Amino acid sequence: MSAILKAPLTVEFPFTRSLGPVQSAFLTGLRERVVLGVRAGDGRVVVPPVEYDPVTAEEIRDLVEVASTGTVSTWAWNHEPRRGQPLGTPFAWVLVRLDGADTALLHALDVPGPDAVRTGMRVRLRWAEERSGAITDIACFEPYDGEPEEPAGHGGEFAEPVTGIVAPARLDYTYAPGRAQTGYINALAERRNVGERCPSCRKVYVPPRGACPTCGVATAGQVEVGPGGTLTTFCIVNIKAKNLDIEVPYVYGHIALDGADLALHGRIAGIPYDQVRIGLRVEPVWTEGARYPDHYRPTGEPDAEHDTFKELL
Amino acid sequence: MNREIAVVAFAQTDHRRTSDAVSEVEMLMPVLHQVLERTGLKTADIGFTCSGSSDYLAGRAFSFTLALDGVGAWPPISESHVEMDGAWALYEAWVKLRTGDADTALVYSYGKSSPGSVRDVLTRQLDPYYVAPLWPDSVALAALQAQALIDAGTTDEPALAAVGARSRADAEANSHAQLRGSVPQGDYLVRPLRTGDCPPIGDGAAAVVLAAGERARGLCERPAWIRGIDHRIEAHGIGVRDLTDSPSTRLAAQRAGAYERPVDTAELHAPFSSQEVILREVLGLDDRVRVNPSGGALAANPIMAAGLIRIGEAAARIHRGESDRALAHATSGPCLQQNLVAVLEGDPR
Ligand SMILES: [Zn+2]
Repeated sequence: MSAILKAPLTVEFPFTRSLGPVQSAFLTGLRERVVLGVRAGDGRVVVPPVEYDPVTAEEIRDLVEVASTGTVSTWAWNHEPRRGQPLGTPFAWVLVRLDGADTALLHALDVPGPDAVRTGMRVRLRWAEERSGAITDIACFEPYDGEPEEPAGHGGEFAEPVTGIVAPARLDYTYAPGRAQTGYINALAERRNVGERCPSCRKVYVPPRGACPTCGVATAGQVEVGPGGTLTTFCIVNIKAKNLDIEVPYVYGHIALDGADLALHGRIAGIPYDQVRIGLRVEPVWTEGARYPDHYRPTGEPDAEHDTFKELL
Repeated sequence: MNREIAVVAFAQTDHRRTSDAVSEVEMLMPVLHQVLERTGLKTADIGFTCSGSSDYLAGRAFSFTLALDGVGAWPPISESHVEMDGAWALYEAWVKLRTGDADTALVYSYGKSSPGSVRDVLTRQLDPYYVAPLWPDSVALAALQAQALIDAGTTDEPALAAVGARSRADAEANSHAQLRGSVPQGDYLVRPLRTGDCPPIGDGAAAVVLAAGERARGLCERPAWIRGIDHRIEAHGIGVRDLTDSPSTRLAAQRAGAYERPVDTAELHAPFSSQEVILREVLGLDDRVRVNPSGGALAANPIMAAGLIRIGEAAARIHRGESDRALAHATSGPCLQQNLVAVLEGDPR
C-alpha cells in the first residue's frame, strides 16, 4: 500500500462580533484609557464587566470606573510565547485585581524572569500605543510601586462608542485523510477512479470513506469503476463563484460511474447547458497535471434507461 | 418514568500520539463493533445513539456526520450529537432512557488532536471578547490554577509530580494508555507545570452501551447501575472564580448522591496534576478510595473521549467485580469550568 497522504490545512476566520451596552462601554473605555467594571447585585465590582450578574443572572449595567493599578492574584511563567499572545518575549500570565475591583482580569506581565513575579505584587496597566477598542488595547501589565491610582469616576458614556470587534483566528493543521481516501486520491493521480466494496451489502462506494453507512462496517477491497457513467441529476449554475475561472451558466451534476453504487458529483461540459439531461452518458476529462478530472463530457452513447440508475438517485 | 439505567459495555481504542493511517471513522469503527459484540446487540437493536466530538480538533465542519458512517445509520436511526466530551453525550442518552423513549443507547466519542496544535485549538473555547484575543493556551490557564493552589499552601511541585508519577505507574496495567510506567517529570511547559504535570496529546475513541432495567440484566452479567448523574457549570471568566475550589463539582456530586455513602473507586478526569488535588479535596476522597486505577487523563487524554472513558473505566471495574460503588467525573472548559459526576453501583454480592 502506498504511503499515507498528508497536507497542510489552515483554517482562518475573522469573527465579527457585536457588543452589548456593557462590553461596548468597556472596550470603548480601553480605547480612551479608562477601565470600567460593572456593579453586581451583591455590591461586588466585576472587571472585566459582564452583562448578567454572576450570582443572580439579573441584567446589570451599573458601570464603575476602576484604577489602572492593581495586585497580582496568581501568575504563571510563560518562557515560550506562542503566536498571538500579548508579548513576543518571555512573560508571566497574570490574573490582576485592579484597585476598586473584586474580580481579576487575565493579561500578560512584562518582567525579565520568574523571580520578578509573585502573588500579591503591585502592577500597573501599560496601554498599547494604538488602540481601537479591544482587549489588546492593554499592551500588558508592568511592575509598579507607587500609590493606587485614583479613578476619575467616568460613567461609561463615550462619543463614538465601539459597537463591534473583529477577532481574527488562525489554526494550522496537517490533514491526513486516512487509509480509504488515501487510496482513492492516489488512484486519481493515475487517472483511475476507484471505490471500495462493502463486505456485507456488496455496494461499491465512490469516493470511499472507509465505512459503509448502511451496514456500519469497514469497506475494503478496492474496485475500479468507470471511466464512463450516467448523469443521475443536475443543476444549472448561473452565479459566478469568486475566483472560479468557469463561464456561467454551467452544469453541475451527480454522476453514477459504471460499477459504483453511489453517485459522485462533477461539472458537465462539452454540451450546451440547455441540452443536458438525466440519463446522459458521460466520461471524465483530465487536464495536464491535474489530480482529478476537470469535468465530465458526453460519450456520444445513447442515454441510459431510467431502470438502470433508478436506485442511485 | 423512574427506570434504572446501567452501563452494560465499554470499549476504547489504544490512545496514541498520532493516527495518520486512519480517518476518524476508521479509528472509531472498531470500538463501536466491540461494544456491540459484548452485548450481542446489532445497530438495528439500539434505541438511541449519541456522540461527542469537536470540529475544531480536525479543523473541519460537521466532521461528526462522517463518523456516523461507522454506526450504520440506514434505515434512519434516532441520533444526536454534542459538541462536548462524550460524558455529556452519555448524560443526554441517560435522559432519553429515563423518559422511556428507548431501552438501549449507544454512546461514543472520539478526538484526533494530532492534526493541529491542541494548546492553541482550545483557546477557541474561551470568551471571544476579553480572553481569546490574548491566545492563552490550555497549559497556561491550568498553570495559573496550579500556582493559586501552591500559594494557598494546598500543594507544592513535588506533590504534583507524585500525582503524575502515580498515574503513569497505574497505567502500566492499562494497555490502552499512551504514557505508561516511569516518565520523566521534564521541564516547565508553563511554570509551575512541567511536562509530567500535563496530559499527553493523543488520538483515541471510546464507546459505551446503556440499557434500562431488566434489559440491562439480560445484556450484562453485572450491570453498572447509574445511581445518580449531574453536571454543573461555573462562570466563564476565570478571574471571577476561586481557582483553588470547584463548587460545580461539589454541587454535581451532591446531586448525584456521591456523598451519601463512600465509594471504593474514583475515575477523575483531571488532565493536569493540580486538578486532581482539587477534585480529591472537593469529593472527599481519602486514601481508602482507589483513584484512577486506569492511569487517568495524565496517562491518556483523547480530547472529547477522556471524560466518557472515566465513566467506562469505572463501569468496567464494576462489571469485573473489582468495585461495588464507583464515582466517575468528567470535565470540560478551562480550569475545571464544567463538571459532571456519576455514581455507579453493581448489584450486591
Ligand atoms: Zn454495506
